Amino acid sequence: MQKYLFLGDEAIAQAAIDAGLSGIYAYPGTPSTEIMEYVQSSGEAAEKSIHRQWSANEKTAMESALGMSYAGKRTMVCMKHVGLNVAADPFMNSAITGINGGLIVVVADDPSMHSSQNEQDSRYYGKFAMIPILEPSNQQEAYDLVHYGFDLSEKHKVPVMLRITTRLSHSRSGVQSREKKNQNILNLPADLKQFILLPAIARVRYKGLLNLQSAFLKSSEEDGNNLLIPGTNRKLGIIACGLAYNYYLENKIASDLNYSIVKINQYPIPFELIQKIASETDELLILEEGYPLVEESLRGFFDKPYTIHGRLDGFLPRDGELNPNIVATALKIDQPEFAVIPGIVASRPPAFCKGCSHADVYTSLNQAIESYGKGRVFSDIGCYTLGALAPFDSINSCVDMGASITMAKGASDAGLSPAVAVIGDSTFTHSGMTGLLDCVVENTPITIIISDNSTTGMTGGQKSSATGRIGEICKGIGVLPEHIVSVIPLKKNHEEMVKIIKSELEYNGVSVIIAERECIQTAGKRHREVKIESLKNK
Amino acid sequence: MKSDIILAGVGGQGILSIAAAIGMAALEDNLFLKQAEVHGMSQRGGAVQSHLRISDKAVASDLIPMGKADLILSVEPMEALRYVPWLSNDGWLVTNTASFVNIENYPDKEAILAEIRKMPKHITLDADNIAEEIGSSRSSNIVMLGAASRFIPLSLENFHEGIRKIFGRKGEDIIKINILAFEAGRSACEHYLDK
Repeated sequence: MQKYLFLGDEAIAQAAIDAGLSGIYAYPGTPSTEIMEYVQSSGEAAEKSIHRQWSANEKTAMESALGMSYAGKRTMVCMKHVGLNVAADPFMNSAITGINGGLIVVVADDPSMHSSQNEQDSRYYGKFAMIPILEPSNQQEAYDLVHYGFDLSEKHKVPVMLRITTRLSHSRSGVQSREKKNQNILNLPADLKQFILLPAIARVRYKGLLNLQSAFLKSSEEDGNNLLIPGTNRKLGIIACGLAYNYYLENKIASDLNYSIVKINQYPIPFELIQKIASETDELLILEEGYPLVEESLRGFFDKPYTIHGRLDGFLPRDGELNPNIVATALKIDQPEFAVIPGIVASRPPAFCKGCSHADVYTSLNQAIESYGKGRVFSDIGCYTLGALAPFDSINSCVDMGASITMAKGASDAGLSPAVAVIGDSTFTHSGMTGLLDCVVENTPITIIISDNSTTGMTGGQKSSATGRIGEICKGIGVLPEHIVSVIPLKKNHEEMVKIIKSELEYNGVSVIIAERECIQTAGKRHREVKIESLKNK
Repeated sequence: MKSDIILAGVGGQGILSIAAAIGMAALEDNLFLKQAEVHGMSQRGGAVQSHLRISDKAVASDLIPMGKADLILSVEPMEALRYVPWLSNDGWLVTNTASFVNIENYPDKEAILAEIRKMPKHITLDADNIAEEIGSSRSSNIVMLGAASRFIPLSLENFHEGIRKIFGRKGEDIIKINILAFEAGRSACEHYLDK
């Protein structure tokens, strides 16, 4: 067995390979991206012919994974928390169909919104779908829980959610691997109607899922992933979920605490373990990363009035990521005065890279639209969202993948003219195409700029499903060829771009301007790789 | 033995390479380590930090508690100041003095240096300049690693091995120049302490 130094994401990826993975499906999204990237760069995965291509979006990824599971093989699908909103339909229904080959849905939440538009807690989705959820507290547990998760999934024939958060995704530590398993053989479901969710079948399958709940709870209580660690101080009992356990442990060591603790790595919530600790302590403190899911479930749960502290009574902040100091405060540990950041330190938000094509797009758009006034540009998720910041101040919305086109359409329907959408290439094929079809059907007066840098840029330059296909896609959807205009966003083309944008803004129908120039980062990376190779060959 | 290190800089300045080199050096001694990185949006020219914790005992939190860092290693002077709440009373602040100016309201450089000098234990050096002098302007991050290595309880051999491992893929010349950069930073730090 090998010892690795792994990001949480990488531990999950290697564990999946070791557990007999046959295919992984994902769309890039911080902090989940590195799971797929690891499998893509793994020689072992190549040797074993593990499927490892990016999907167009999280929904197609989830459905493909379900299909691989139907065929009897072990599969993993990975996404960031908001990606699960996109995949919610197949996700919810996969709990009803159940699985054939083991299926793990990895969802990486981003509390404190380091790279996200919200901090939704995916455990609610797991609970909503009524499937088991695993939540590791460190890289080794992440590795081990993937093995356990596949076994659990195949034991109960349901998908299993593995929930992680940014801090574990992107933190490195030592991981010990386990014995490798072979891939499952191709094997159709015993009941060939299992995956047909016609109401008559779905009702039966749903009852089956309901009947499994007690088995899920039993696994949660007894399989050893949730632990009661007894302490001698009975004033307080601690319930620590996933990563929050580390912050308690940090304080326990530093301040010599000795409370009893229930460490939660698996859901449904292990109520028996919690009953036990509650019966021996005066109060409970619930530490959980994300929303107060456990805390909400426990308030009103006990027969007697019982004091529960957590995010809902102000012991912990209601929002944001936990850290050792926040947990120390909740534990009433005195903390010294910390040095203060000097007032001259200015905030440094992310910005366009020097030479970025998106910057040239916005410079031209700003000039072209100036005479109409502000407030007409709907944008989307990606590096180009930075067009919201100074000096550009170009855009007025960023909501979810693909919303630029459809929001601009709605505003146009309401009478806003011109209505402009700015969307990236990968976002366009993720969720922009269907919105474009809506526009074409109604010949909506709208100008769509696809700022095409031929990559999925914000997440670090993953292959974009859109590359080389955008013009044909737009034509195929029915945009008039004379209103599909290509430009190269470079400073020297600024006047030409302004002219083109102005002319399309005046057109009373669907226009698509494709502004195509490769991402400066991926181009630079390619050139460096070439240089390294040539140096090596010297 | 434990060493809690905050690495600071701007997205793209190479702090993850520093973190990786220290991590590899620590593994040579079979130490425990946790290293929290920043990926994603901030990497586009924003403020980035990495928490690196090395210990001979298992490490609990991925994040260093405030007031507990033994070292702030910064490749940019203003970024060094952003993390002073994490520095322990007897911790060292080691920073590059070469500014990375990509915001309009970047403060006066002398004012930044004055704030840094208020820290009881600090080392300032122009790593960009040193890197250029040895003919490898891209290696200023490794110059800073060399400077700060004085305050990280790992052997020189381990650091060299760490550098060898992270640059191995890029060939022997790149390894050599980075070891040179490391040594230049280390001696600049010794020189600073002698003054």
